[in-house]
Parts: sequence; structure tokens; C-alpha cells
Amino acid sequence: MIDVISSGLFSTIQDLGRYNYECFGVPRSGNMDKFSGLLCNRILKNKDNCGVMEITMTGPKLKFRINTYICISGADMSPKINENHIKMDSVHKIKKGEILSFGKLNFGYRSYLAVKGGFLTKKILDSRSMFYPVTNEQKIKKGDEIYINSFNEDENFIQNFSYNYNNHFEQKIIYAYKGPEYCKLSQEQIKLLTSMEFTISNSNNRMAYQLNELLKNNIKPIITSLVLTGTVQLTPSGKLIILMRDNQTCGGYPRILQLNEESVNRLSQKHSGKKIKFQIIDY
Amino acid sequence: MNFSLKYLRFGENSILIEWPEAIQKKILMDIIQFKCSIEKNHNVESLKSSYNSLLIEFKDLKNFNKKIENLRKLYFDKKSAEIPNFYRWTIPVCYEEEFGIDLKRLEKKLELKKDQIISIHNSSNYIVYNIGFVPGFLYLGGLNKKIHFPRKESPLQNVLKGSVGIGGSQTGIYPQNSPGGWNIIGNSPINLFDPNNKPPCIIKSGDQVCFERISLEEHSKIKIDIELNKFKLKKIKYD
Repeated sequence: MIDVISSGLFSTIQDLGRYNYECFGVPRSGNMDKFSGLLCNRILKNKDNCGVMEITMTGPKLKFRINTYICISGADMSPKINENHIKMDSVHKIKKGEILSFGKLNFGYRSYLAVKGGFLTKKILDSRSMFYPVTNEQKIKKGDEIYINSFNEDENFIQNFSYNYNNHFEQKIIYAYKGPEYCKLSQEQIKLLTSMEFTISNSNNRMAYQLNELLKNNIKPIITSLVLTGTVQLTPSGKLIILMRDNQTCGGYPRILQLNEESVNRLSQKHSGKKIKFQIIDY
Repeated sequence: MNFSLKYLRFGENSILIEWPEAIQKKILMDIIQFKCSIEKNHNVESLKSSYNSLLIEFKDLKNFNKKIENLRKLYFDKKSAEIPNFYRWTIPVCYEEEFGIDLKRLEKKLELKKDQIISIHNSSNYIVYNIGFVPGFLYLGGLNKKIHFPRKESPLQNVLKGSVGIGGSQTGIYPQNSPGGWNIIGNSPINLFDPNNKPPCIIKSGDQVCFERISLEEHSKIKIDIELNKFKLKKIKYD
């Protein structure tokens, strides 16, 4: 068991998400940055679908009531066990009574905490990913008790687990395929879309990231159609909206671009004020 | 009948199939037929549909052209797959003043009496074209033109679960408390979405719904019966 002493800004339990319920309007959810979510599980020799804690911008304070192993990947929020700073992307033993806490955000936006065997919250519609109203709670809160298994025996983890973030946190370029309504854009719009720098607005969350700069638009809305995580929509007022993991399953705005998976992960590590630039890639 | 379809690649692993741009029952039924056929014949990651499109996500899409060719063939042979039974569900709605908070305004602007608005709302069968926006929200087609009414300019922060509203040419039911800009004319005590059930919605695309007026007392009674697991929504099979 873990006691949540404080929750941080927005912490949730996530796994690989919820499939097969999209026809009822249930978003897929799951780790915003799939790369980092998988990495901490793999370093701990967990299964890929084990529940991890996704931590946004500021970290929680967690008291462990059992012995186990942990690993933290993604954004660096200066994690420490009691008063000792610990390394990112590596296995740490944590003992009963010890406290895991976080400090300054050094880079990135979302940190992933894996525990050996995963967080054992209840699965709803085949997934632990928190999303209200599928799960009762939208996020972890102070006073929560989260069930985990204890691990006492020494385990041999792979030393120097090999991974490569590949400019995951720094790179400005976001790769995107042409979306279904890309062909309706004017030459002028395409030129601006691919040459301008866009700024992530204050309105950015697990559902969608909106961008500050507008792209003048007169393409009409479409009959409510289907969207994916990573779909870039253009509203009648010229706002660009990039759909993220908790995205609605359908929408009526023209879908002008479609991010690749790697770029969705990369965007998840950026917060408001950060700049991005679109680069169109071919199928 | 076969439509002329467009096949588009959408993202790394998905194919989007588009029907002509129209909201029609025969298009919806054709989409559902094709969807059932794909489910039966292909191993896909996910499959979802809307008014005039179908989105298929594959585990990988290395052989795009080959996949399209197979889908085209399958479309002409789609009748071989069985489609599910469709039902018309009767949804109880209480239109009393404490729920129908915008009815007075509609009476004035539409120049209709409250009872007339309700009876028009009650006299159509609505087709479920899609479920989305939020879990369990039904996109319904078939609202009588006489009671079309524009959305509110600024949405309410909290619309009560079960609220029945009119937004432009659409009517619908809010499955949870949520923000919303539709004009609220009543409230239904039923649960449209229950994540503890599989499937989480009993109503599906292709089904129909109709609305039945109930009193405040009946509304409270149904709420209690739902709590006690004693309530069953009325349905009849239709073709």
C-alpha cells in the first residue's frame, strides 16, 4: 500500500488504455507519453500494461507501507527517497516507511512512476487509466491509499538498461501526416502551417492541446466524423486543436493533420509557452 | 444498395472510409452492415463509425494498397455478415418546470404552448447515428423542424445528468453532469452509460429512441427502481 500525503498538480494512474469501447464514446486514454510510460515498466521488468503513475508538472509525496522497487522515467522533477536524490530511469529499492517526493522540474512535463508489479487499482472496462466518468475519480488526491504488492527478495535487474530518448524533450519539430481535410487548405494556409512557429496555450490537458496562433480559416465544419489521438483540428475561428489521449471519439472540425505516435509522446512533454513547428511527412 | 466510397489513409495505422456527405438512415445502415462484415473477416485493433464514415485501426498498416483492395471486395460481399437486431427504446422524460428550465423561453420564441412542444418532441422516432462527445451521448436524428432552436450563446457550466435538450436541429440526453449549451426541456431518470456493465451502453448505433412524458412522481419512482435494480427500459424490435 502507498499513502498519498500530497497529490501534486495532476497525478493519475494510467496503463496502455481502453480499447473496444470507443463506439460508446469512451476515449482510449492511457499514458500521454507512451515512450516514457513503457520505459519505466520495462526497466523494472514489468509487463507493458502495468499501471504507472503519470505525474504532471509538480510531483506528489508518497509514503510506502511496504518494501518494493521503483523506477521513474520521463520528465525530471528531482525525485528523492527521504532526503536522498535518486537517478531517473534506474531501479531503486524503497523500504517500508520511506517517503518518495519530488522537487524542481528540470525538463519535460510528465513524469512516470512505476512500482514493481504495477499499481493495482481497479480495472474498469479493461483498464486502470483514470478518466471520469469511466472511473469514479479523475485524479489521485491527498489521503488516497493505493494498493501495490510488496517485493522483499532481491531481484536482478538489467544493469545499464539500453534506451535512447532521441531529443524527446528538446525537439521543436512535430511530425504530422496530411489529415482527411488537408486538401481543403489553401496554398497560403499550407505555407503558414508549415513555416510558422506555434505556441502551446494555457489550455492544454490530457484531452487536447490548443495553440495560441490562429490560422485564418474559411473551411466549413464537416458532418460529425471520426478522430484519433494526434488529430489536428482547425476551428472556424482559426484555432488549432491537437487531440491527445483522452480525446473525444468524434468531432465536426476539419482534420487537417495527423501527428505520428512519436510526436504525440513528444508533445506530451511540453507545457504552455513552449514552441512547436509542424513538419509534414509522407505515408 | 452500394454507395461509392472513398478510402483514405489516416495516421500510421488507420483507414478512413467515407460515404457521401449526407445524414440518411440508408447510409447509416450500410455503414453498420460493412462494419459487421469487417469485424467478421479482419483482425482489427479498433473500429468506429459516425454519420457517414467508418474508421478502421489495424495493428500495422504495412500493406496499405492490399488492405484497400481486400476491403473493396468485402464491401460488395458485405451482405454475407449478420447484423444485430435493432430496437426502439422508450425513454421516460419529465418535462416539469424544475427540470425543463428553458421551456418557458422556447414557448415564447417558438410561439408554441408547452404541451405542444412536448407532444411534438414525443411524436417522433429518433435514429441513433452515433455515440460520442462524452461516454454514452447519443447523436439522434429526426427532430421535427417546428422545434429546432439555436444553442445558447454561452454554455452552462453544469447541466444536470439526464437533462434532455434541444441544440439547433438536434435533441439529446446528457449522460453525466457536464457543461453544455443546449436548451433544457426535461430530464430522464435513466442511466445511459454505466461503466460497470459490459457493454456500458444498452443502446447502440442503428437503434431508435422515442420519448414518453412522465410526472415528477414517476421520475422519482424510476430513480428508486434503478437504484434497486428493478427498472427495465421498454424496447421493441424493429426492422
